[in-house]
Formats: sequence, C-alpha cells, structure tokens
Amino acid sequence: MSKSDIAFVRREMLPEKAPPATAAGPIKWVRDNLFPGPINTVMTLLAIYFIYQIVSGAMPWFLNGVWTTSSLAECREVLQGATGGCFSVLTERWNQLLFGFQYPSEQYWRPTLAFVLLFVAVAPVLFVALPRKLLIFTGLYPFIAFWLIWGGTLLVPLVALIGLIVGYVVFLRFETKGFATAALTGVVAVVLVWWLGGFVSAAASETLALTPVPSRDMGGFMLNMILGTVCVSLSLPFGILLALGRQSDMPIIKWICVIFIEFIRGVPLITLLFVANVVLAYFLPPGSNFDLILRVIIMITMFASAYIAEVIRGGLAALPRGQYEAADSLGLDYAQSMRLIILPQALKISIPGIVNVSVGLFKDTTLVSVISMFDLVGMIRGPILAATEWNGVYWELWGFAVVLFFVVCYGISQYSQWLERQLQRDHR
Amino acid sequence: MKKTVILGALTIAGLSAGAAAAATLDDVKARGKLNCGVTTGLVGFAAPDANGEWQGFDVGVCRAVAAAVLGDPTAVEFVPTTGKTRFTALASGEIDLLARNTTWTFSRDVDLKFEFVGVNYYDGQGFMVPKSLGVTSAKELDGATVCIQTGTTTELNLADFFRVNNISYEPVPIETNAEAQPLYLEGACDVYTTDASGLAATRAAFENPSEHVILPEIISKEPLGPLVRHGDSEWGDIARWTLNALIAAEEYGVTSANIAELANGTDNPEINRLLGTEGTLGEMLGLDAEWAKRAIMAGGNYGELFEKNIGENTPIGLSRGLNAQWTEGGLLYSPPFR
Amino acid sequence: MTSISPPRGESFTLSKLINDTRYRSYTFQFIALVLLIALFAYLGSNLAQNLRDAGLNISYGFLSEPAGYDINQRLIEYDSQSTHLRASIVGVLNTLLVAFLGCILATVIGVVVGVLRLSQNWLIRKLMSVYVEIFRNVPVLIWILIIMAVFTAVLPQPRDFRGDDAEASMLWDAFAFTGRGFYFPKPVFETGSTIVVLTFLASIIGIFVYRSYARKQLFQKGRLLPVFWPSVGLFFVPAVLMFFIAGRPISMEYPSLQGFNFQGGIYARNSFISLWFALSIYTAAFIAENVRAGILAVSKGQTEAAASLGLRPNRIMNLVILPQALRIIIPPLISQYLNLTKNSSLAIAVGYMDITGTLGGITLNQTGRAIETVLLLMLFYLAISLAISAVMNVYNNAVKLKER
Repeated sequence: MSKSDIAFVRREMLPEKAPPATAAGPIKWVRDNLFPGPINTVMTLLAIYFIYQIVSGAMPWFLNGVWTTSSLAECREVLQGATGGCFSVLTERWNQLLFGFQYPSEQYWRPTLAFVLLFVAVAPVLFVALPRKLLIFTGLYPFIAFWLIWGGTLLVPLVALIGLIVGYVVFLRFETKGFATAALTGVVAVVLVWWLGGFVSAAASETLALTPVPSRDMGGFMLNMILGTVCVSLSLPFGILLALGRQSDMPIIKWICVIFIEFIRGVPLITLLFVANVVLAYFLPPGSNFDLILRVIIMITMFASAYIAEVIRGGLAALPRGQYEAADSLGLDYAQSMRLIILPQALKISIPGIVNVSVGLFKDTTLVSVISMFDLVGMIRGPILAATEWNGVYWELWGFAVVLFFVVCYGISQYSQWLERQLQRDHR
Repeated sequence: MKKTVILGALTIAGLSAGAAAAATLDDVKARGKLNCGVTTGLVGFAAPDANGEWQGFDVGVCRAVAAAVLGDPTAVEFVPTTGKTRFTALASGEIDLLARNTTWTFSRDVDLKFEFVGVNYYDGQGFMVPKSLGVTSAKELDGATVCIQTGTTTELNLADFFRVNNISYEPVPIETNAEAQPLYLEGACDVYTTDASGLAATRAAFENPSEHVILPEIISKEPLGPLVRHGDSEWGDIARWTLNALIAAEEYGVTSANIAELANGTDNPEINRLLGTEGTLGEMLGLDAEWAKRAIMAGGNYGELFEKNIGENTPIGLSRGLNAQWTEGGLLYSPPFR
Repeated sequence: MTSISPPRGESFTLSKLINDTRYRSYTFQFIALVLLIALFAYLGSNLAQNLRDAGLNISYGFLSEPAGYDINQRLIEYDSQSTHLRASIVGVLNTLLVAFLGCILATVIGVVVGVLRLSQNWLIRKLMSVYVEIFRNVPVLIWILIIMAVFTAVLPQPRDFRGDDAEASMLWDAFAFTGRGFYFPKPVFETGSTIVVLTFLASIIGIFVYRSYARKQLFQKGRLLPVFWPSVGLFFVPAVLMFFIAGRPISMEYPSLQGFNFQGGIYARNSFISLWFALSIYTAAFIAENVRAGILAVSKGQTEAAASLGLRPNRIMNLVILPQALRIIIPPLISQYLNLTKNSSLAIAVGYMDITGTLGGITLNQTGRAIETVLLLMLFYLAISLAISAVMNVYNNAVKLKER
C-alpha cells in the first residue's frame, strides 16, 4: 500500500449549490407559468399588450379626471383636449344615483342607516359562528327598515310586529292540536291584531313619526337594493312551499306547483314586469290601486320564488331517502318531519344555490328601468344623461354603475363559494 | 322585510277598498292629492328641476286642477309616464288626469275609451336636423335615419308621410325623449321627429341649439290636451272647465297679479261668474265658488303659463301662433261661463 | 306517506277527513282546488268588471288590422300597411335571429375562455377569471346599454365618411364600421349560381361521408387515413372550380355612401350588434364556468390512463376528456341558451325590434290591447322554453350512462 497525500475519498459533503437560475425562483416560475411553449409565449405577449393597451388608455383618463366642475362643457374646458374623465357628474349627482331624484335630501341618513343595519341583520344568518342572540335583531330588522325608509308612524311596523308575535304565541299554544289547526288559528290571530292595530295606528299617526316618503319617490341604487332584499326574503318562504308542493304525493297540489314554476321560469322577467305595469291593474278589484313599486315587488317575488323552489327541490332530492324514512319511523307527521328533520338539512345544502339565485335576481332588478322606474340604470338613462350639462358622459356613469353592482354581486358570490367550501368540509 | 310589505299591501288594499265605489272627485278629495300623469321629462312641458320639483306647461294644468279641487296647487303627485305606460296608467286608475302632450285622436277617444277635455296646445309634427346636413325640406330626407318615439301618433304619421311621398327611411325607435337626445346628438340618427313644440323644447336643452334647424314642414295636426277616463263625466267636467277657466281668464284679462282685486267684484258679469262672485258655477261642478280663482292663482292664466314655461322669453322660445286667443287670430276659444 | 292497513269493520266518520292520513290528502287537495278556483274566479270577475267599467273587451281582431308603423330590421317582406300579426312575426324572427347568433358566439367565447382558465399560463388564467368575474357580476342590461353607448359615441357616423378629407374611411372599401351599425359586402346570386351552391352543399355532404369512411377504415382495418387536408380540399376546391366554370355567377355588392347612409351590402344595425355582443359575452362568462367545471369533473385518473396508453395530449383531450366532460357541460349549457333567449327580450332597451319591441312594444302602444299582447308575448316565450327543455330531455336521455 503506497501512501498518497491525495485523498480520493471525500470525507465531507460539498455545500449545497443553489439550483440553476432556470430551475428555481422567479425565473422558473416565469418560465413555467408564462412561457412554457411557443403558443403560450405568443399568448402571454398578446395578453401583456392587451393589458398595456387598457392601462395606458385608462390611466390618464383616471389621473386627469376632473371632479369639481358643474357640467361637461366645463370639464372639456379644464382638460383642454387632454384625455381625462369627467367625474364631476358623480360628485354632482351622487345623491340622485344612489337615492333617486325625489327622495328628500335631508332624509338621506334614513336609508343609509337602514343599509348599514342590513349588514348587522344579515350577519348572523350568513355566519354560523356569530352569537345566536343576534337573530333577534334579524327578526326586528324588517320593521326597523320599513320605518326608516318609508317613514310614517312607528306604530304601523310595531303593530305588524306585535301581530306576528301574537300569532306565533297562539300557534305554539295550539301546536299540540296539529299543524294545520295551529297555523290557521295563528293566521286568524295575526289578522285580528293587524285589523285592531290598524285603528290605533290610524288614530295616532303622529306618534314617533318620521317624515313619510311615498314609494314613488324611491329611486337610484336604493331602489335596486330595496327590490333585491325585499323580493329575495319574500320569495324564500314561497319557494319552500312551492318546492314541498312539487315533491308532494298529492297530484293536484303537485301539478299546481309544477305549472306555476314552469310557467314563471319559461317567460322572461320583463314580460312579468309588463304584467305588473300594464296588466295587473285589470285583475285587481275595481277602484283599488296598488302603487307600481308594490306591483313590481309582487311580480319579482313570484319570479324569484319559482327559481328558489327549483334550488330547494334540488336540496330535497339530494337528501338520502333514509332521512325521510327515519322521520316517518319516529312517528312524526308530515309537518313535523319537514320542519324538524328534512328542511333544516335540505336548506343547508341549498344555501349556495339560493345565494346564486339572489345574485341573479339582484342584477335583474335593473330591468325595472324599462318600465319607467328610476332605479340606478333608469336614473342614468333618463334624467342624468338627458340633462343639458351631462349630455354625453357615458363612461363615468356606466363605470360607476358597473362598480356598484360588481362590488355587491362579487361580494355575495365570494361568500357563496366560501360557504360551499365550508359545507364540503362538514360532509367529509 | 317581507311582513311589512304584506302589511303595507293590506293597508293600501284596505284604504282603496274603502274608496272603491266612489267617483274620481271623491277619490281625489279623500286622498288629498291629485295623481297627475306627465312625461318622464320634456323641458318646458314637464320636467323635474334641480330640486326635484316638477315644472312646465303641462305641470301647470295639473296644478290648476289640484288648486281648483283641493285648494292647494302643490297637492299633486306627479307620475312620470312613457308613451307606452300612459294609457294603462290612466285606464287602471293609477292617475286621475293625464297631462302629457297627448294627441287627441278618434281612436284614443272612442276605441281606447278616454275623454279629452280640451286642447291646451295646438301642435304639429315636425323634423329637426343638424344644420350641417344642409337639408331644407322634409322631402329631401330620402334614405335618412329617423329617431322616433314609439307609442305616439308621430310614429304613424311618419310612416304615412314617407309612404305618401314615396321615399324611404330607416326608423330608430326610442322609448323616451331623454334617450333620443344622445342618439341624435351623436349622429346615430340624422333626423329627430316629434311634435314641433317638443322639438323646440329638446333643442333648447342642447349645448349649441343654433346648430340645429327645425324643417318648415308640419306633417300632421297634433292637438295636445289633457284627458281623463271615460265614464266619469263629473270629473271630466272639472278638468275641462278648469282648462277653460285658464283660457277664459286670459281672454278677459284676469291674471294672477290682478285676480285678488278682480275677485272683489267687477262690472263684467262674465268675470264675476268665473271668479265666483256671481252665480253658482262652482256648486254645479261639485266644488266651491272660488275654484276657478284658485286655479288661475296657481300658475296664472293660460297666457302666463305659456310665457313662463315655453314662451318666447324662455330658452324654448315658442311663439303663440295657433295658440293665441281667438280674438288675436289663434284657435283658443273658451266656451262661455254661464 | 305511509299508511297502515285499515282495521276491519271501522266505519267512516267525518272527522277522519282531517285526522286520518288516508283521507287527509284528499281533503287538502280538495281545499287547494277550491281555493285555486276561487282565486281564478275572483280575478276573472275583477277582470270582467274592470273591462265592463272601462267599456273594453278582449279581442284579437287587432292582429289582422294594418300596423301602421315601420320596422327597420325585417327578415320577411313588411311595410307599414302590413298587419299587426305580420309585425309580430317580423319580431319573432328577429328574436330568433339574435338568440341563435348569440348562442353560437357565446358558446365559442365560453368554450375558449373556459379552456383557457385551465391553461398553464398564469397570466392568461388570471385574465380570463377577471373577464368571467366582471361580466358575471354586472347586470346584462348595463352591458347592453354600455355597448350601445360606446357604439354611438365612439365609432364614426356616416357623415364622417363624407368628403375628400373624411375623418373616417372604409376598410378595404368593403367594410364600414359606423355608429349606426356595420356594413358588409353582400353576395349577389345571379342566374347560374344555383349550381355553385349545390356543388358546395354536395361537397359538405362529401366531407361527412369521407370522414365516416375514414373512421370505419380505422376501426375495422386499422388503417389511419388523413382527414384534415382532404376535408379542407373538399370544402373549397369543387365549389371554387364550379364558380369559375359557371362563369362567376356570384358577385359581391359593396356598401357605398349615398345620401344620408351607406347603401347596399349587409347592414347590421347598432342595436342588433350591441344586443348580440352584450348577450354573448355575458352568457359566455357563465358558459366558461360550466365548461371549466365540466373539464375539472373528469377525474385525473382518466388523463393519466390515457397518457399511459400513449395518447398525445390533444388526443387525450379529444378522445377521452371532452366526451366525458360534454355529458356534464351540455345540460347547463342548454339552460344558458334558454337564459340568453329570454334575456334577448331586453332588446327593447336599445330599440332592437324583436317580439318584445313589436308585439309587446309598438303594437301594445298603438292598439292599447295590453292584456292580449302581453299574453301572446308570454305564450311565445313559454313555447320557446318548453321546446328547449324538450330538446334537453331528449339529449339527457341519449347521453345517459348506458350500463350493461
């Protein structure tokens, strides 16, 4: 064995080398995600060019935007031919866009407050983690919101609330005698209280009264919000009933529900709005006169409940058969099994679908502008674009409308996706 | 929010059920407000100003009727209607009176069952074109794109006019005057056609009114007037004679300025009867004696309304023309108050 | 409802109608029926009373009276002296036209976007999801109006094309993009053109025959015939040859500026284009989501199995993934078509003369027959949606997993 100074066996590991620049870090990411092949390279370049075009077009328009003038002509003067948005139309007419042109301006705090409270009221419904006590406020919210937005004496919503409470108490008292009897007695009690309370609130119409605002004066984005929330919450109970009816064993009830649902889903909302606008009056008792907003609410609610019924039907169908059989084997009657076993589960599965329908419905409330109601779209198309000062301000106004709707609808749909993920986890 | 709406529905249903059988006059009195249908916005005739107050010539008629019936010219609920919704709104009882530059035609009167109570503006259909097109007559419009409000008589007149003159055109239907303006200004149509008064009003709202001309042809008769439902003649009488009172007041020189003085009694019996110091005309209508006085005080007599809203000193700048008193060569002629 | 077999000998009592589950359903149905009839009777009597008070009646006679108004876009012969019925048919055709073209464009955009949303390319992926989210979350009415406003405000008007130093000019002297709409050259079929058209149709049939022949060869004998280039050849060559043999019987009519407007050529109006575009890109955003979900729903094992068989990526897509994904994609796709058709009723916002614009718009205005026209309108849309659902059911039955 000859000794050698040269060690040919390495005793210690070489320090790790950084991976080649092309196989790690941002460069790898860029290569993998932006330029994986020739076709993708071309697409990436096209996309970058497209984004550049949009940004280079929109940036000066935004940055040079004029916010303080009082007409488009003045905007043009300020801009001196440079690209720039005339956002003054928003600062000038924001109140009309949000509240319509007839809502008294010193009362704007009322719908605003109602809007803020809406979040408080809806939160416990949407997020199960919140304390259940908050649901009481959710129950009270419709009455508060009605009083805030429409004004008038507090007694009217109060009477309505008391009526419902009395009705519920009566219902509980009679529940042992069967669901149908209890429900009927409860309804009678409600109507009785409302009827009696009607005299009280009519007599004392000045008690705790806010300035009344007729519904004809509602407008702007507020009108979209009102129609959206009212119709969605109204259509839920109707949708549940229709879905149950469609699943029912009783052929007559089933067919009534099927025909109603399929008819409503088969026609566009706009024809139903035409009905509200020009036909419905013929079917009401002679001399009676609902205002337009109420007729529109009726028709949109019918429209929404048909769609919600289909979603809930899906939820009912998705429940394993064993749940129905288990409820029956416990000796529960139909009302009890539905109320205690089936619906809680079915509704839970259907929530994402219901939320999607609600988003669609909220978007559809813009259609009322076609029947000359001044919602956000109606305000833009009518009074604002026709005004001498703002003739021709398209991008700024429509951009504003797009942003408002996008924020609301995107928010809701993100919630729905979050909820879907939550529900999935529960089932695993 | 659902229960409140149901409750609202119930209260409204209850309220209206109570008033169901009553006539329009009693309805209006019980309601304390006159529901008056107007356009969705035509400057000079009916349009909300910056404060949301309705202003205009047609609005003046509404206010006069409200003053006559309810004693308060502001007790009016203005219901904006489009060409499409106006008749159903009136037929269904949503409005009590329609004062929305509506042309009095045979079929509307007879077939649609409405009662026109008079004419508050004698109009005719005209054409407006940009000056730069160099058009001087409607007959030169062969092949032009024409913006037209649907649901109006102008639409039918237009079809007739072009058919009779054997020239072609391209109609662009629009729903309201407000939508027509941007289309016309951006050049999406060459011509805008509607009642000549409406054209003048629309042009007045332009940035550069002088760049547009109204062609000399008037292709139709358009007597515009307020109307009510068929079948309630008492209410129709009130609307008719309120309008006549405004016209007669101008004829007799009764203005909102001198009416207080004249109401103490004059030596002209016609004025006395009009203002209620003599005779029982108000009672016959189911109103009090001072109905016409209040109607005239609401916005002035016909001439004052005209001058204030659409007259030559306003941006709209319409001359009286056919709408002058019969004594001055016009067509306005109120039947006698007797 | 479960029911227990009745004990024998028990007599029927009235209280059983409400307490016995066997009879209770009859009671409920009876009550429901009575209530329904009562409701209809109530509404009907109100209607009769209201009509009597107003002195009106229900009659469809107006349909045979002259309409009196003109319609700009008409696919069949129509003038102001035609009847209201004919005006309605013009409207129906316009509705079907925009719905049909809208479905095609929406599918194309939707499928491309849906596939691109799954692309490797991060930028493209993000860009596509931005598109989907923006268009899905804003009302279609706003899109229609925006596109219409952009149209009239941004594009040049015919008058800008006039003069020697015109602000705007036509593309290749054949296409004109104006604020009033697009003008395209129109093929004019002269005598002798029939044979060219027939040749063209025959070669299309030929393509299908050849393709099925090639497939048969592949499956039966394992011979792989080229398909793409022969198809292209069949598509063009015979028709072009016949075109020259027959002496060029088809010529193009180019639009040209005459008077107020361009004359000649095909004129796609701004109302039509903005409606078509807006409906397509709006619906495409939904279709893209359906396509994406459909492709994702095919399990990854399928891709891997196909890859292990040695299939190339595009073959995996065509032969393995798409056939399975389509089964999931098609039902929601058809309901999107239905939505698009119903949304086309928003045409009224831009003055496109569809059925809502003619029958539900001008005819309603001019005749005042609100109940009749709105009823007809609803029946028309109902018929369309029932037809589309019928197609959907047939399809669903056809693609149902056939288990052996």
